[in-house]
Amino acid sequence: MTTRDLLEETYSAVTVNKVRSGLTMLGIVIGIASVIALVAVGQGSQASIQSSIDSLGANLVMITPGATRSVGTTLRAAAGSSETLTPDDATAIESLSNVEAVAPEVSGRYQVIYKGQNTNTSVMGTTPAYEQVRNVSIDTGNFVSDTDVSNSNRVAVIGPTVLQTLFAPSTDASATPDMAIGQTIKIKGTQFTVIGVTVAQGGSGFNNQDDMIYIPLTTAQHYLLGSTGYVTEIDVEASTQGAMTQVQNDITNLLLVRHNIADPTQADFTVLNQASIVSTASSVTSTFTTLLAAIAAISLLVGGIGIMNMMLTTVTERTREIGLRKAIGAKKNDITLQFLAESVMLTFGGGLIGVVLGWLAAVVISLVTGITTSVSIPYILLAFFVSAAIGIIFGYYPARRAAGLNPIEALRYE
Amino acid sequence: MKKDIIVCKDIKKAYGVGETEVVVLKGITFSIEEGEFVAIMGPSGSGKSTLMHILGALDTPTSGEYFLDGKDVSKLSDEELADIRREKIGFVFQAFNLLPRTSVLRNVSLPLIYANMPKFEREEIAKKALTDAAFPEAFWQYHSNQISGGMMQRVAIARSLVNNPALILADEPTGNLDSKTGEIVLHTFQNLNMTQGKTVVLITHEPYVAEHADRIIHIRDGNILTDEKNNHKRLARNEKDITDDHT
Repeated sequence: MTTRDLLEETYSAVTVNKVRSGLTMLGIVIGIASVIALVAVGQGSQASIQSSIDSLGANLVMITPGATRSVGTTLRAAAGSSETLTPDDATAIESLSNVEAVAPEVSGRYQVIYKGQNTNTSVMGTTPAYEQVRNVSIDTGNFVSDTDVSNSNRVAVIGPTVLQTLFAPSTDASATPDMAIGQTIKIKGTQFTVIGVTVAQGGSGFNNQDDMIYIPLTTAQHYLLGSTGYVTEIDVEASTQGAMTQVQNDITNLLLVRHNIADPTQADFTVLNQASIVSTASSVTSTFTTLLAAIAAISLLVGGIGIMNMMLTTVTERTREIGLRKAIGAKKNDITLQFLAESVMLTFGGGLIGVVLGWLAAVVISLVTGITTSVSIPYILLAFFVSAAIGIIFGYYPARRAAGLNPIEALRYE
Repeated sequence: MKKDIIVCKDIKKAYGVGETEVVVLKGITFSIEEGEFVAIMGPSGSGKSTLMHILGALDTPTSGEYFLDGKDVSKLSDEELADIRREKIGFVFQAFNLLPRTSVLRNVSLPLIYANMPKFEREEIAKKALTDAAFPEAFWQYHSNQISGGMMQRVAIARSLVNNPALILADEPTGNLDSKTGEIVLHTFQNLNMTQGKTVVLITHEPYVAEHADRIIHIRDGNILTDEKNNHKRLARNEKDITDDHT
């Protein structure tokens, strides 16, 4: 039997019962499509978390009060209750080598009012260095200046989300930054003058930098927090990527001395760098991706069993045909190949449709939910190989069974 | 002298072993010459089907020798038997055994697929076989399940011709047909035998059908009862003559 004849025979056998072939294929289609779509969602969120962490700032080292309980988690006592970091710590860190800039911060969520509009958002008290450390770009106006900090000026720099919430003239018109500059807004009852608007950075999830108001550190301590001595976080920018470990170690040693702690395991602060956040986040998302892929793989397995079931039915149904083929000279191998080819054609066809559907599903998911998806070529190739392999694995037993039929009994079969 | 296509020497066939052993063929000896039209007749249980399976290289005898076209096939393996069937035997079955939803032409050329013949050549041979089996050209592209039973059996006969076999083996070819279409099928066999010299072996339990052959071998209880020339050979009428009767 030539390859061409084999393909022709297979094609006509598969198309003879289109509904049944279609339904059988559907199992593989759904399996492959869900693998492609779910892996795309997993990889997409991995990429988007990565990019939002990158947008936090380059070579960033973050110091927060409280101790890390275990590797990879940053659980700590409720923010504010652990008051161990001071602005003086920040000043001391500035003198370490390879430290580019240091920004102490205090933050909280407050009610913000402008005329009839109000919103509840993050208010961050900080110093001018924050602009550099955390890659904040100003669209219009200025960021908080040194003078603002030393004079505790009641000035505010608002993010684009806040701008739209407070200053949009109507629900369908958007506000321009110029509409906000010079206006007075109320934060927790205190009046602030808007001096700048930041550029939209995008990002979502745990740290939305667009929905934020920046005010001078001292102002925040006086008017919002009531207490003056502590900060909720200190951000440090190292001069180079390579210097980050050294900077991190130096900060740890310096703060241990300043806080009179001898045992490093008892430290009342945590020093994190961006790389460790990235690795934690990506290990979380890769686990997530694996989980999704595993769920999808189960449906693929079910699809494979469906193929086997149909092939076994087909073998039984076509017993007489197999008997005839043997009577007219077909060998065992001819029969095995024919039935294997049928199941591979079904799974491969299903795989092809599945890839297309999975890709479409990934696009639709990202359009509808806004989750970033990324369809990767290696996974598509893998899906093809897997679907062909499923055809061979689940088609082998029925094919051998067909080939092993005794022609006399097969011809007599009713 | 014509050469022998079939030579059977003391063919025995038994199923099972020991206590449960059933002897179906108890020593069959006969030979068939090239160009003969032989009917093998016997009631059910006589062993004629088992004999047919051995003659058709679907099975091998427990003992004895069977030469088909000069080759001893009684001790071949399954795969070697498949080669013999592909090259030397054309089968016609009671139940036609055509591939459903497949064109007549494709059904007829099917055996040649296993001989690795190119498609164009296959179809040329299939068309000639269909003509020889008196199958009307207008129906060549019809699906096998769209034609009548008599036509289906002629498709099966055409299929048995495409490998130019040494032997055409027909197992109750008229069993599923009414007498009229059965006669047309028998006419087709007689025509192939008389005009083209094809060797035909017909297995049947009906004396009427057997009477269309030149020679009748009676089988009973695994033995040959009689083996004689048929002096009252019936000639089947072709389709045209039958139709003329009715008009």
